[in-house]
Amino acid sequence: MQDLGIRVLFMGDNFWRLLGGLWVTVKISLTAVLLSVALGILLGIVMTLKYKIVRYTAKVYLEFIRIMPQLVLLFIVYFGLAKSLGINLSGQTAAVIVFTLWGTAEMGDLVRGALISIPRHQYESGDALGLSRMQVYRYIILPQALRRLIPLAINLTTRMIKTTTLIVLIGVVEVLKVAQQIIEANRYTVPDSAIWLYGTIFFLYFIVCWPVSRLAVRLEKRWKN
Amino acid sequence: MEQTAMLLEMHHVQKDYGNGAVLKDMSIKVEKGEVVVLIGPSGCGKSTLLRCLNGLEEIQAGEIRLDGNVITGGQTRWSEVRQKIGMVFQNYDLFPHMTVIDNILLGPLKVQKRTKKEAAEEAEILLERVGLLDKKDAYPRQLSGGQKQRAAIVRALIMKPEIMLFDEVTAALDPEMVREVLDVMLELAKEGATMMIVTHEMQFARAVADRIIFLDSGEIVEENSPQEFFSQPRTERAQRFLNTFTFQ
Repeated sequence: MQDLGIRVLFMGDNFWRLLGGLWVTVKISLTAVLLSVALGILLGIVMTLKYKIVRYTAKVYLEFIRIMPQLVLLFIVYFGLAKSLGINLSGQTAAVIVFTLWGTAEMGDLVRGALISIPRHQYESGDALGLSRMQVYRYIILPQALRRLIPLAINLTTRMIKTTTLIVLIGVVEVLKVAQQIIEANRYTVPDSAIWLYGTIFFLYFIVCWPVSRLAVRLEKRWKN
Repeated sequence: MEQTAMLLEMHHVQKDYGNGAVLKDMSIKVEKGEVVVLIGPSGCGKSTLLRCLNGLEEIQAGEIRLDGNVITGGQTRWSEVRQKIGMVFQNYDLFPHMTVIDNILLGPLKVQKRTKKEAAEEAEILLERVGLLDKKDAYPRQLSGGQKQRAAIVRALIMKPEIMLFDEVTAALDPEMVREVLDVMLELAKEGATMMIVTHEMQFARAVADRIIFLDSGEIVEENSPQEFFSQPRTERAQRFLNTFTFQ
């Protein structure tokens, strides 16, 4: 009988360990996404303000984060801060910080885009009714901007979930790392387990990301008009 | 001089976008109950003038008074002033994510803090008057251009403004819908509403106005009664402008 690598998956508590790793991935992604949404909305509003210095600073931040590969950012925050400033962050904390920095920048840009796509006369109609600036945002601008934003934000979310695979490289034991450990541990007994484990991870990521992107499609359709 | 009867006064108002004055030394007075129609070629500053009146544009010099109180300058509480100055714009500026009734109630509920019951009752009376009661739960995208403008007028009216500003409210409408909007405005005029209207509809201007102000290049060229203005304008500039509306 041919020796199938898939049996590794069901040896001991291997499968549960994989799910545990997935939970680390999801936890980090989710925390970073939630923080990014909150901070990104603020950043996006700031980027539409008239004050040149504020707008310029936000722009520099955005470009800096975008130009940097996420891996470099991870290394700077994880290794760089420890070496130069003696700040020792856990891998997970460093990951949340980096993904929040990145997500905030991307999200901010999406929010800015959504806000400037709202015609100026929508603000003016609100002003003309005597609404305060806060009320104009709350009742008129944000509800419209959010509808345009949510499909894009969800897309960003799936990108963030996928990019968390990089955190293996700063020693966080997430789903990919767990798989590598299992493969290593069984290298001699089950040499071709890699394809099965990575295949499983493919499906795990799919299970996490697919509903999220379906949701985006759904909302997009519902808010089309 | 009776100061008391003047609802709105502009004194030597200057508006400048940085590349030349859009309004030059503009002085206009509007009495309570008066309908003033502003006409003039595009770019003459008539829309800008309306926008200055409710603070959508800042003015560089001069002052504007509402009920005798100066409303220009640093300390203006625009939220309060704007409740007294209703404005309807050229583009249908209903909020697209809200139904007609929610559009209308936003101001009364959030700015004036009126009760929902009372405001909703008034909204229905006003909607009935402009023939839109059956559209109260419709979204703006389900309305025709004329219906949107009538809803926008109700949204401004429900704030019980002292003066209504209309900025080319029929300019973006299909011809067959212009009438239904103008009729609403004519009716308001008959009821004694104070209005300042920017329009290109000359027949309508003639019918609705108590006074015509003809602007060109940011200046008042002629101020006249509608009868005289349209039959024998005093200025050659107004004459030429009016000629562009007739075919020979």
